Amino acid sequence: MKSASDATMMLRTPFHSRVAAACELNAWGTWKGYTTPTAYTDVELEYFAIRSTAGVFDLSPMNKYRITGPDAEAYLNRLVTRDVSKIRAGRVGYTVWCNDAGQVMDDGTIFHLGENDYRVCAFARATDWLHWSALGFDVEVVDESDEVAALAVQGPTSCAALLAMGLVGLEQLKPFGLTMFPFEGGTLMVSRTGFTGDLGYELWIAADKAELLWDRLFEAGRPHLIKPFGSDALDMARIEAGFLQAGVDFVPAESAVRSGRSRSPYELGLGWLVDMDKPVFNGRKALLREQARGSRYRFAMLDVDGNKPASHSFILSGGKKVGTVTSAAWCPTAKTNVAFAQLEMPHGDVGQELVAEIYYQRELQWTRVMAPCRVIGAPVFNPPRRRAVPPGAF
Amino acid sequence: MKKYDAIVIGAGHNGLTNAAYLAKSGLDVAVLERNPYIGGATVSRELHRGWTYSNCSYVCSLLRPEIARDLELPRHGLQVVPYGGGVTFMRNGDYYGNYYDHNRQYREMARHSKRDANAYERYTTDVMKQTRLIRPYLLRRPPDPTSLKPRDLRDLLGFARSFMEMGEEGLADTLRFWTKSVGDYLNEYFETDAIKAHLGGTGVIGTALGVYSPGTAYVLLHHYMGDVDGNVGSWGFARGGMGAVAAALEKSFRAFGGEVICDADVDRIIVRHGKVRGVALKNGDEYLADIVVSNLDPRRTFLDVMDEGDLSAELLHRARNFKIRGSSGKLNIALDGLPSFHGLDKSSPLMVGDMHFTDSLERLERAYDDWKDGTWSKDPYVDMLIPTQTDPTMAPPGKHMMTVFVQYAPPKINGGEWTDADKAGFEKSVIDQIAAHSPDFRDLILHCETRTPREIEAETGLTEGNIFQGELTFDQLLFNRPFPGYSQYRGPVRGMYMCGSGTHPGGGVMAAPGANAAREILRDLRRPDVVPGGYADD
Repeated sequence: MKSASDATMMLRTPFHSRVAAACELNAWGTWKGYTTPTAYTDVELEYFAIRSTAGVFDLSPMNKYRITGPDAEAYLNRLVTRDVSKIRAGRVGYTVWCNDAGQVMDDGTIFHLGENDYRVCAFARATDWLHWSALGFDVEVVDESDEVAALAVQGPTSCAALLAMGLVGLEQLKPFGLTMFPFEGGTLMVSRTGFTGDLGYELWIAADKAELLWDRLFEAGRPHLIKPFGSDALDMARIEAGFLQAGVDFVPAESAVRSGRSRSPYELGLGWLVDMDKPVFNGRKALLREQARGSRYRFAMLDVDGNKPASHSFILSGGKKVGTVTSAAWCPTAKTNVAFAQLEMPHGDVGQELVAEIYYQRELQWTRVMAPCRVIGAPVFNPPRRRAVPPGAF
Repeated sequence: MKKYDAIVIGAGHNGLTNAAYLAKSGLDVAVLERNPYIGGATVSRELHRGWTYSNCSYVCSLLRPEIARDLELPRHGLQVVPYGGGVTFMRNGDYYGNYYDHNRQYREMARHSKRDANAYERYTTDVMKQTRLIRPYLLRRPPDPTSLKPRDLRDLLGFARSFMEMGEEGLADTLRFWTKSVGDYLNEYFETDAIKAHLGGTGVIGTALGVYSPGTAYVLLHHYMGDVDGNVGSWGFARGGMGAVAAALEKSFRAFGGEVICDADVDRIIVRHGKVRGVALKNGDEYLADIVVSNLDPRRTFLDVMDEGDLSAELLHRARNFKIRGSSGKLNIALDGLPSFHGLDKSSPLMVGDMHFTDSLERLERAYDDWKDGTWSKDPYVDMLIPTQTDPTMAPPGKHMMTVFVQYAPPKINGGEWTDADKAGFEKSVIDQIAAHSPDFRDLILHCETRTPREIEAETGLTEGNIFQGELTFDQLLFNRPFPGYSQYRGPVRGMYMCGSGTHPGGGVMAAPGANAAREILRDLRRPDVVPGGYADD
């Protein structure tokens, strides 16, 4: 057994040797106890690797749970809001899961690997909750977070780079599809998923083959202008693509101390993930009640005038505070100033004109601008290549 | 015969921007373009199968983000990807690298001179002070200091106020910046030749002056006042080449109902009773409109397409004396692979930036001496980039495209026209210089497009091939651009306007002249202003 001090040292991902060599800026952050880079060379240039060529992100610290057994589908169907029976084998589904009060505990993806075999990827640690929920189901829940290494390969040349690595036929993989390739005596799983809103894939591999995978990928990807990117660039990309970040845009329900701080799927704009045709799932009753009574809040994407990101701004309507901003960024590809806001109902209809109260500092002096903004109905970045089958070379 | 509300002559980026705003306001607008393709000097063409060049302009920083956003250029296909830093290779085998990251930049500079590395922080602050003064005026018409109109007075007052805010020292600095030579300016801060040469090159780009000619410090400032996503001084590539800027503007214009007519070579602007009536093409076709906007340079506008009889003698005199001298050329090269450069790793971020081989101001000045002698520089200053390191669309995978801007190249060789032999000599001087620092460069060349001022003028119509539609010296800036009394985009005849880089705030693919001119036209028509104002820096 490891000594207590060793066991609590900050962890390194299976790609660490390669990541550290590429991390010219030595800009390190932490993610679930792992040391991960916030930036490798330059945040803007890394962001543009995602949007113009291909960017690579080490997502190994993601919580990964393997669910197997005869009751796996039934178990997951009670756990999450979506109808898991509709996620066929070889497909991936994005979903949320709620507590009994219908409040979102987390969002994540369910990979249907094979018969009675699933993997759940989650932002929050969920071992306790998953075991607790297994009572009465014939399933096995295994935390494989440390055993499975993962890389996201995102951007317009991502498919070309992976094809060059020898992943024959990958161009036929549809969005949210997954497929397996033999890799050095093991198996490489590739899913057409990601958190950037662009064409992209995620590679899943046993930890002991991680470094080899990195080397092969970068060797094959060089003519396709592949580059690693850190968490800062990812944050820009996901805001531009309209993706919520757990812990930033909502408080996972089980970690909310103050009453009223958690949100339902409807209040996060994720009502489309709730399948009321399912007779039973966690939070169903509460969500039915909410449908009848109406929600308290509404998630809104805002197009904000000017070029000052509306980070942490109050949102006003007729001079009265009606909400707050959870994420905001100037989006370099869409050339738009975007903010995600939590608005009190009934505010937030698409097209509604609001005002963002933005504070920003220049050389120690704080300034306030009241920037007009509009509720927009769709993310500002959503290129056709994200859905194209087969995707083009760039 | 159909009559348009407005006709714009020339489908360069400013003509298209101007037309887009007029169309956005609801006017029926046509853009007439001489070439079979649009873009003017903002153009991308495939001259070697599989390779796309940015044939003229090649990098992007000054394009106003307000316009890009307002005209929805990203939706219409434009993506500007920043590049970081640059490098100057030295004759002794070393190099000076300009890193995007501040701390790496400091360390690299300190490798050459710790003192310079420290001075650079003071230098950056001083330059930023100047950009802060100018940037708010990019998306405004320059105030006329002789006018008593409330709008001019208000703008002048605002200008005076930001001037006074700078204090005595700042004011003195401003005057230095607008009048000094870039060489003298840099000598005040730095001691290392290569560093001065690296920074000083932008002071002469596109200008028929040397680094020790008064007025070139402003040209450096002009290259600093742009931004990419708010990073002032940053430069980027348009994905797909600079033609992507024109293509996106055209799509935006068409989305507002506008019409682009190519192969339409304008012979003259038709004027009757002191009012514009339309234009006549060289083939005899006529297009009618009460508003005609010229995206051509001031010389071509007043001496070519306008009838001398419609203009005052004084204006003709000014147009004839407008400073628009050819000073540069261009090589666009298709490469079979990424060349290696002495001392630099191929994966270095410096490779992605602008590269130069001139390691002292002295050599820059000598390059100018050749121009004065009526010939191309035997040891030229080049601004060279390989955009295919971040743009996968311009060359096949693993192959590359190189854009080489070359200073100096005179409009005439010893008073005579450029010959093909001259062109070959010019090309050789550039390729020799690159090959001296890159052992495999010569063998990688698959195709080379060489453009002397002769080719630039023939294809884009820019007089003498001057890339800015007129030199950016203080005597031709603000209310003096292009001439006193004509700086607010209105021409000498009712209904006639100018929207090219020959007007404020000048060249560099900003789209600001086109937008500013549209604002004035709409104002004269008493239509609502649909042109955005500038974002405030603070």
